[in-house]
Order: sequence, then structure tokens, then C-alpha cells
Amino acid sequence: MHRFANPTRFVALARAVQPWAMTIALATLFAGLWFGLLASPPDYQQGETVRIMYVHVPAAWMAMFCYTGMAGASAVALVWKHAVAHVTARATAPIGAAFTFLALVTGSLWGKPMWGTWWVWDARLTSVLILFFLYLGYMALENAFDDRARGQRAAAILAIVGAVNVPIIKFSVDWWNTLHQPASVVRLDGPSIHPSMLTPLILMAVGYTAFYIWVLCLRVRADINMSKVRALKLRNA
Amino acid sequence: MKPKHQRLALLGLGVLVLGAAAALVLTAFEDNLVFFHSPTELATKEVSPQQRLRIGGLVQDGSLVKSGSDVRFVVTDGAHSINVAYRGLLPDLFREGQGIVAEGTFQNGTFTAREVLAKHDENYMPPEVVDALKKSGEWQRSGGK
Repeated sequence: MHRFANPTRFVALARAVQPWAMTIALATLFAGLWFGLLASPPDYQQGETVRIMYVHVPAAWMAMFCYTGMAGASAVALVWKHAVAHVTARATAPIGAAFTFLALVTGSLWGKPMWGTWWVWDARLTSVLILFFLYLGYMALENAFDDRARGQRAAAILAIVGAVNVPIIKFSVDWWNTLHQPASVVRLDGPSIHPSMLTPLILMAVGYTAFYIWVLCLRVRADINMSKVRALKLRNA
Repeated sequence: MKPKHQRLALLGLGVLVLGAAAALVLTAFEDNLVFFHSPTELATKEVSPQQRLRIGGLVQDGSLVKSGSDVRFVVTDGAHSINVAYRGLLPDLFREGQGIVAEGTFQNGTFTAREVLAKHDENYMPPEVVDALKKSGEWQRSGGK
């Protein structure tokens, strides 16, 4: 791992990974949307509304995955002082926030016809909203200091503290009565979702993950290039 | 101890303390974190007639009576059941055997609901599979028809 703490090596890796991630993302997202929106059966209870799930569920997974990655990178950055870890966490934040926003909006659109309401303050919905605010808070704090190093440190600590919310989101539906249903895929006794519906869901999940890696590579490279530009400007000033 | 290890230990300790604090807070506020109460919980609870609360359970088979926009039904969790009165539109998923959450007040053994929400379960399958399951007699779930 320490090999890639070197920004030059990390940029080379990101540059090599980026086209692959892009190809996989575009292919699986196209296939997933095709299967999810057109070539999969309606649900016995929800009818066609079930198709929102193919966009909503992987977005919610990625919201938690990105946050876990952001908190992990922040921890590495604080303990080992790797500059690249800060860059990775910083580059992840807006992507994770976008996934969280997508999960909240599509969930609301599903909730109105199915539950009969756009929003309720149950444990699952509320904890995901808090996740969204944590992303926004991270980004705001990161940019709030004139001294970049201080902003990075403060934001990293916020990211780690907020990580306590991730298991709360995952298990909220098991620990408390919620309006939101329990997990259908990641559960001990196997998925309670028919294979014809699981296939597009998995395709979409792979597509979202590849999309994240693609955009992450792009953002990390841009971030490191920006630092170089800043350093050059300082030297010439 | 190198500074690196010191930071790692500090971080580990911080995360542990934070986790413990979160667990304690969530346990303490358990009553406020549940979105609804089951009929059994309501039976063992003192509830004032003005207090707004939510109950959740299955709509008992054969209990639904509609007259105009007035609806009466029974919500059960198997052990206890509650009579619910409601006036208004019901969500699409509302049917006998379906899980629901109702918000309102509880008075003289009747729950007067102001809002009724349908609860969806975690099972997803195409209608043909449900038909096949019903035909083979392996359809056991109470939710849905």
C-alpha cells in the first residue's frame, strides 16, 4: 500500500485504471438499465414501480460504500500522513453525496405510490439524511480554512466521527420498527428477491461501483495536477 | 512508540469510545427511535387519549368495512389486535393481510387514524412466480393476495 502513497505512482495507477473503469461502467449501466427498465418482470405487489429499485438500492449502497471509503482514507491520512489519502477522501465526498441524494430522491418517488407518503422520519430515512449532511459538512469544513492542511485535518476527523452512522443506517431496519423494509439482498438467509430481478440489480451495482472508480480516478488526477499548478505559481510569484 | 503508532492507538481509542457512546445513546432513546408500536406494546402501555402515536401490524383478514370514505379495520400482530377507524384515501398497497402503519390517537379501545401508510415487505418477485407458488401450495406469507 505504501508504494502508492507516492503521488506520481498513484497518478500513473489512476490513469491506467480510468479507461477500464469507464468501459465497465458504461457497459454494465447500459445493460442494467435495459434489464431493469425493460427486460425484467413487474413485481407481484408493486407492479412497474419496482423499477425504481434498480436505481435506488445501488445508489444507497454506494452512499454507504463511499462514506466508508472516505472515512478509511481519512484515517490513513491522519495516522500515516499520506497526502494521497487526503486527496482520495476529498475526491470521494461529492460523488458519495450525489449517490446519497439520488437514493433520497428515488426513495421518495417510490414512497409516495407505495407507502402513501413522500417522507417519514423513521430511523432508516433519517439516518440516510444525516449521511447526506455529513457529506455536505465534510466538503464545507474541508474548504473552510485558509490553511489547507488544517481544513484537511478537521474534515478527516469529521469523516471518522461520522462513520458511526454507517452501521446505524445498515442495521436501523433490524434494530427498530421502521416504515422502510428490511434488507432484501445482503442478509443472512440469502436474497429474498427473485433472480430475474436480482440480475439487473447486481448489474446496476457493478455499474455504479465502476462509475465511482472512474470519476474518482478523474478527480484524483485533477486534484494532484491542481496542487502542482499551485506549487508552480507560488514558486514563480 | 513511534509517533505513527501513537496516532494509530489514539485513533483506535477514539473510535472505540465513540462507538460505545453511540450505542449508549441509541439504547437510551430506543423508545423514540421506533417508528411505530405493535398492538401488543400498546396493550401494555399507558396512553393518554390526546397522545398522537403510530401503530403497525397486519390488517386482519375479513375485518375491512367500508362505508363511503369511512373505513374500519382491525390491525393485529398475532397476539393482540386493535380496532382502527379512518376517514380518507388509503394507499394502493393497502389490503387485508398487508402490513400497515397508522398514525392517530387511541381512546376507549379504538384507534382513530389520521394517516394510514402501507408497509412494504422485503420480498420481490414477478406475479407468475407468485401464481406458481400458490398453485403448488407453497405460498405461506400473510402479506399480499
